[in-house]
Amino acid sequence: MFDDSRPLFQQIADLLADGIVVGRYPEDTQVPSTTELSGFYRINPATVGKGVNLLVEQGVLHKRRGLGMFVSAGARATLLDQRTGRFHDDYVRPLLREARQLGLSPADIHRLIDTEENE
Amino acid sequence: MTTPAIEATGLTRRFGRTTAVEEVGFIVEENSICGLLGRNGAGKTTLMSIISGQDRPTSGSVRVFGEQPFENATVLAAMSFVRDNQRYPEDYKLRHVLEVAPRFHSRWDADLAERLADGFRLPAKPVVKKYSRGQLSSLGIILGLASRAPLTIFDEPYLGLDATARTMFYDALLQDYAEHPRTILLSTHLIDEMEPLLDSVVIVDRGRLVRAESVEELSGAAFTVSGPAGPTADFAVGHRVLREHRIGGLLSLTVEGRLEPAEEARARSAGLDLQPARLQELVAAYGATDTEGSRA
Repeated sequence: MFDDSRPLFQQIADLLADGIVVGRYPEDTQVPSTTELSGFYRINPATVGKGVNLLVEQGVLHKRRGLGMFVSAGARATLLDQRTGRFHDDYVRPLLREARQLGLSPADIHRLIDTEENE
Repeated sequence: MTTPAIEATGLTRRFGRTTAVEEVGFIVEENSICGLLGRNGAGKTTLMSIISGQDRPTSGSVRVFGEQPFENATVLAAMSFVRDNQRYPEDYKLRHVLEVAPRFHSRWDADLAERLADGFRLPAKPVVKKYSRGQLSSLGIILGLASRAPLTIFDEPYLGLDATARTMFYDALLQDYAEHPRTILLSTHLIDEMEPLLDSVVIVDRGRLVRAESVEELSGAAFTVSGPAGPTADFAVGHRVLREHRIGGLLSLTVEGRLEPAEEARARSAGLDLQPARLQELVAAYGATDTEGSRA
């Protein structure tokens, strides 16, 4: 589930963000506590806490005193915006790099996308 | 500022002509989990013995919760040190061990001890000295965790444990640590497996401190560059190479330091493969360096 390329706390943040994007954690509902996440993923609670705080700083999660962490209103839209912004770097650029190595032209790629879409 | 749980300054321990630990200094913050890493013979057990007040340094000092631990009843009462070769009285069975333990640890949790003994499937009938290596480790883990000692020290707590039992240990450790925060110092060779549990690490080699940092600071503290020998070696010029691995015309170098984006681009355009070094690789690489710290 976790890889070595990025710090663990960022991967924890991504995991929670994924849950929000796919609707596992709808807005205004509670996400698992740091203790639960720490126990479940077998990760130091301070590391988990750092990942959670990352989302708090982005306004995706907020703390309700005595209750726990909740998904903020508009969190999903914020995350979708972020990801759309990163789509080019994360997917388009590596795709084109690999395509060039294979000698595929942009036209070839368009055709492959069309075929995949129509299946 | 709060007092650190452990503060070692210039710690040196000699046994006759052998220097086991030399000028070691580091800090372990209160309520954190710290891994003590290094090869066999690096000085880990000597350090733990001194910290736990079971041995005295030849020079230098260690403070545990601000106090010197040797023959200091207050500090010793706040510590639990589980040795990898912990010994028990001849006729002791599991129940004797669990009955006597609370006398040494005022915070002892008998329920937790019972639960863990069940989980680890420790047999009640045989005397403890007949236990297998894995059963002894399980018992050590129970003593360490159920003590709830403000400073708990484990020396390679996983010896002989199967994968299921190790997972139980990690789960029990994290759960109890979350409910009852305290300071845990543990030595381990299972670095890949235990890294996610740790806040910080202390790396020693040949009795000397190599690094003492948070796990986060250490991730990305080294990288591996590999590819055709010529360009790979060229790329590493000016960097401290910790470890070299060469087969035929291929070369892989573990290099200390962070990679600047410009360098990364240079490596990619030269067709070299770059990977961040895992903590385990970093520790292995430090353990492979020669005395002067250059590559072996």
